[in-house]
Amino acid sequence: MSPAVGEINNPLRDPRDRRLPRVAGPCGLVLFGVTGDLARKKLMPAIYDLANRGLLPPGFALVGFARRDWADEDFAEVVHDAVKQYARTPFREEVWTQLAEGFRFVPGDFDDNEAFDTLARTITDLDRVRGTGGNHAFYLSIPPKLFPVVVGQLKRSGLSAKNGNEWRRVVVEKPFGHDLKSARQLSATLNDVFPTDSVFRIDHYLGKETVQNILALRFANTLYEPIWNRSYVDHVQITMAEDIGIGGRAGYYDGIGAARDVIQNHLLQLLALVTMEEPVNFAAQSLRLEKTKVLSAVRIPSNLAAYTARGQYAAGWQGGEKVLGYLDEDGIPKTSKTETYAAIKLEVDTRRWAGVPFYLRAGKRLGRRVTEVALMFQRAPHLPFTSTATEELGQNALVIRIQPDEGVTLRFGSKVPGTAMEVRDVNMDFAYGESFTESSPEAYERLILDVLLGDPPLFPRHEEVELSWEILDPIEEHWARGAQPEPYRSGGWGPESANAMLARDGRVWRRP
Amino acid sequence: MRCSHATDGFGGGHEADDHVAEGLEAAVNRDLHDTKSSAILTALTEARRGSGNAALGMVLTLIIDVNENEHYDALQAANSAAREHPCRIVTVIRRTGKSAPRLDAEIRVGQENLLGEVIVLRLYGALRDQADSIVLPMLLPDAPVLVWWPGQGPQVPSLDQLGLLAQRRVTDAAASSNPTASLRLRAQGHSPGDTDFAWTRITPWRSLLAAALDQPFDELVSGEVSAVRGNASAELLAAWLEDRLSIDVVRKATRGPGVTGVKLLTKRGEITLTRPDGRLATLMRTGQPDRAVPLPRRGTEELLAEELRRLDPDEVYNETIQCVFGNKPEAVRRQAVVAAKATAAKKDSPARKTGPAKKVAPAKKVAPAKTVGRKTTPARKTR
Repeated sequence: MSPAVGEINNPLRDPRDRRLPRVAGPCGLVLFGVTGDLARKKLMPAIYDLANRGLLPPGFALVGFARRDWADEDFAEVVHDAVKQYARTPFREEVWTQLAEGFRFVPGDFDDNEAFDTLARTITDLDRVRGTGGNHAFYLSIPPKLFPVVVGQLKRSGLSAKNGNEWRRVVVEKPFGHDLKSARQLSATLNDVFPTDSVFRIDHYLGKETVQNILALRFANTLYEPIWNRSYVDHVQITMAEDIGIGGRAGYYDGIGAARDVIQNHLLQLLALVTMEEPVNFAAQSLRLEKTKVLSAVRIPSNLAAYTARGQYAAGWQGGEKVLGYLDEDGIPKTSKTETYAAIKLEVDTRRWAGVPFYLRAGKRLGRRVTEVALMFQRAPHLPFTSTATEELGQNALVIRIQPDEGVTLRFGSKVPGTAMEVRDVNMDFAYGESFTESSPEAYERLILDVLLGDPPLFPRHEEVELSWEILDPIEEHWARGAQPEPYRSGGWGPESANAMLARDGRVWRRP
Repeated sequence: MRCSHATDGFGGGHEADDHVAEGLEAAVNRDLHDTKSSAILTALTEARRGSGNAALGMVLTLIIDVNENEHYDALQAANSAAREHPCRIVTVIRRTGKSAPRLDAEIRVGQENLLGEVIVLRLYGALRDQADSIVLPMLLPDAPVLVWWPGQGPQVPSLDQLGLLAQRRVTDAAASSNPTASLRLRAQGHSPGDTDFAWTRITPWRSLLAAALDQPFDELVSGEVSAVRGNASAELLAAWLEDRLSIDVVRKATRGPGVTGVKLLTKRGEITLTRPDGRLATLMRTGQPDRAVPLPRRGTEELLAEELRRLDPDEVYNETIQCVFGNKPEAVRRQAVVAAKATAAKKDSPARKTGPAKKVAPAKKVAPAKTVGRKTTPARKTR
């Protein structure tokens, strides 16, 4: 992943000199939606952590925009509290003081022309006082329905226009639409003002070290590639389980559901990284090429009733705590058909993966919080042991643990000590926390820095987003025609129909 | 940090156990008196089991070659760096004074704030010269080995008894009485894998300067590095700039602390980074507003953590150090001119060990001589 600063031939940079970090050039970030949870818990701390690690340019500026009657100092205090509470790196006064000098706040509504004119003046002023050099990123940490008005304002007030070598970028969070049509609309809205290369879609999963490690695991080693295909892999299970309910997100979640919320983006991106062919290099273009290629080869089952499953969590006890059912949650209509659990079977029509099923599942209020990719290998074609000796032997498995407890587990059979020959499954474990820094950078640090550097490999482009909607749309349509999702016990591992779906293929979900 | 001190127990085999419960895991400290490597390893395995800490995720072995007085601070820094890079830390202390050959060891496993394991070895009498035979069995299988000399350190790290066991050797020129001279001696005996804290200290400076030149800039004319007199880091910084930018860099003495500023003159202006107070720096660029940026001096644990991140030879460091002091062809030519000037004043062999280097001390302070030398150098190939 080459730094995008390369237009200038910098004699002080040398690819061999890996002590030197990539530092963003002069720039500023404008944050819309500063009062949101994401801004407070992730974005502001990440900006401080970047500053603390010396990766932000001198004179970096952060402008907040919201409907609050705040002065710059009030905004600084909000950021200060967020940083104190959530930052990963220790609080250092001198770092903070420098950073805080670049804070500005512009109060106003999104449809308020004057407020955006003030914002434009603020930014011009920052270029002069702080030396942000006309380079600004606009982070839209706001509901997607507000994108058109904000983007329109950016255009009207001239904020999206750049001179010469300056850059203007726009950053958006998921959801990237709720189906193919709306995703295209969103792209059209953004592209109307910002060119495709200036639009950064954040899928924070792609910023995670463990997700990037999938590429290292596959393409830096000789050990796995020979068995990474249909000859050895029996099937693959991709799981994203959350132990929490929808919390205060009723307004967002109802009508969206588990499949749109996480399968469309996170799980299909994981699927793409696990199944794609080797890219010729790690440039954004090459990675995207391989990912879109494999996503376009994904096939959904013809019998959607048999090979998809969905459920809603029911009231009950989860880990010793009494919890509400989905339909009892605040703001959820009693008749809601939104699923909080979704499982689907997919196939990848390539020579490498023909006939290997991929089972994807995502849900809320499941047994524990875990995201993982498990490659389940075929059983040995012949066992020279008596059947009693291998009764406890399962399938070999390679499990990539995305979160928490990031790492890789290899499961294989081993002889139980004793006189008789008896084989049982054991684990061989690699944990990030044990071998590398225990506090690896937050995904948002990496992603914000990449936006400021203009380094795009970790951001899905509209092609990938659209391809994943093409996969999901027929399934959503099938579900929309169907009945109420099946209720499942909170704190368990999902509805019975999901188990039945695997049982049809003679398989079972692994307990993650 | 608890450690049960070795008593003056006489006769071999006396062991003191000190299991202390702490939270869920028990920290195990163990003293072995008059012992040998195999016994230490056995005790280590037991201690690890006793602490309930079976983690074997350690990624490297860190050997610290240090004296009794400095070992506490070095170990503190290493423990802190080990939070980022879980490792087995083997501390080798050679006890002074006359004594029969004897090996004492302390083992620490499962302590709070300690992800790896610590072995502290004390070598008495003739054993002082056999450190490698004691340490060899303690190296983790396959994992890289890094040896760190917090103090004076050997003149040629790669030929040192412990240095021979390692692929990475880290010295600290600032710990010697004459940092620039000591750096020069190391340059002559440099082998890939050697680095010095003098270089690590200026990474933030280099990072800011490199970032400054990521932006469009006019043709560079000359440069200036100001620092407290005799600062080895400043010497490296100046050499790096000269080497990479093919300009002359003047060394200017200030009252410190450490490096206080870098100035790059371009055809139409200048790029200046100053740090008068050792904490906060200001980046000034003609035609642009001044920009403040924190640039604190770095603590030992931060330096060590950065070294542990780089387990392959640092080629850029090698090139830089050879340019200042060493025998790289183009540097040699340059050096020849400097040397000629220097010998005119004082006669001295740079290869000699007995501290005379101070005088030749390349120079550094003799900026004009340096400048002359530089001009004879053919421009570096463009990258």
